[in-house]
Amino acid sequence: MKNKITSAQEAISMIKDGDSIMVGGFLTGGHPEHLVAALLNENSAGNLTIISNDTGTQELSIFQLVKSGRVKRIFASYIGSNPETGRLLMTKEATVQLFPQGTLAEKIRAGGAGLGGFLTPVGVGTIVEEDKRKIEIDNKEYLLEMPLKANVALIKAHMADETGNLVINGSSRNFNIVMATAADYVIAEVDEYVKAGEIDPNHVNVPGIFVNAIVKVG
Amino acid sequence: MENREFIAKRIAKELKDGDVVNLGIGMPTMVANYIPKDVNVMLQAENGILGVGPKAGEGEQKSDCIDAGGNYVTTVKGTSFFDSSFSFCIIRGGHVDITVLGALEVDEEGNVANWMIPGKKVPGMGGAMDLVVGAKKVILAMEHVNKNGAPKIVKKCRLPLTAVNVARTIVTEMAVIDVVPKKGLVLKEIAPGLTVEDVQNATEAKLIISPDLKVMEV
Repeated sequence: MKNKITSAQEAISMIKDGDSIMVGGFLTGGHPEHLVAALLNENSAGNLTIISNDTGTQELSIFQLVKSGRVKRIFASYIGSNPETGRLLMTKEATVQLFPQGTLAEKIRAGGAGLGGFLTPVGVGTIVEEDKRKIEIDNKEYLLEMPLKANVALIKAHMADETGNLVINGSSRNFNIVMATAADYVIAEVDEYVKAGEIDPNHVNVPGIFVNAIVKVG
Repeated sequence: MENREFIAKRIAKELKDGDVVNLGIGMPTMVANYIPKDVNVMLQAENGILGVGPKAGEGEQKSDCIDAGGNYVTTVKGTSFFDSSFSFCIIRGGHVDITVLGALEVDEEGNVANWMIPGKKVPGMGGAMDLVVGAKKVILAMEHVNKNGAPKIVKKCRLPLTAVNVARTIVTEMAVIDVVPKKGLVLKEIAPGLTVEDVQNATEAKLIISPDLKVMEV
């Protein structure tokens, strides 16, 4: 069995200039703070794309990362909690693209599930429909939304076993589960690490095949 | 009684036993405080909770149990957790009975603007677009005029839209107004002490007076 456990610094070292990075979490909930801190402090890759529901809050390292000038593109849904992302959108110092939250989640799901895109009525008649194909089915208009994938996903879980199986508790599941499916390399930050077989299969939220590296914190 | 409290109390009366309800951030969240004891509703938080309980007190705050506003909350008997992808399956699939949201503007066609003020404030739409398109019923909780005294219930929305033709009921400190497709805005209730003329004067759109016009009760 390949040993997936590693340090944050080692795991993050594979992020290169120009990479796209999914960051799990919803505000502070289920946010992989240690991994983002390592990306901020121990990796100098630039021209990054960040895909995150909200780009976190001011107390989190992602705020400093967005502020560092290393992030050139952001895909998000809600950015009211990170004024720096709002500033980049206004000044156009970075390309900030906003999506309805369900559309963002579904784009990532489509990426992970090998779909060519999906049709949704959400956004019809709003500025979200700009530059998108509209398709009418049974007299109802839908937008064609394309799948979203990334080079790396940074996610947070409560527990991992040696195979990479993850348990994510409560409302921390949010974007962490779907992001695990849609990136080439998935790094999970966990509070607990156990031997294979110690997690009841009924309780696995993310099968280990999706997880490339595990970083235990705390 | 303060306006916001009055509005929240009136909206609470719209909820029926067994409803699945999503409350937006701010005034809509206050609705939860006034739900009658004999009415059991399941509150949904789009970050992945069905069955949101009251705010968590000191000592019971858990990082794995936050609502969509980032507040620590408790669970109720029957709560379930899920990820963002599943959460928006609930929202977009029509499994939410009522969503209560704030609005910057609403118009005669039920078009809603509630997510951005160009050049000033762009917090992102979060889950609002998904909610107003997916929920079975959209109730707007809003003050009747903005802080400059200008009507927020208008002939045609000027701000960027959240969605087209979705609002069904508007509750303000002055009135309860139903949006009837292809007909317009029907004034159903007015606050105690006000006249129909008072409400019309604070409303840009033309109001159709219901033959069953009542006084608002909370």
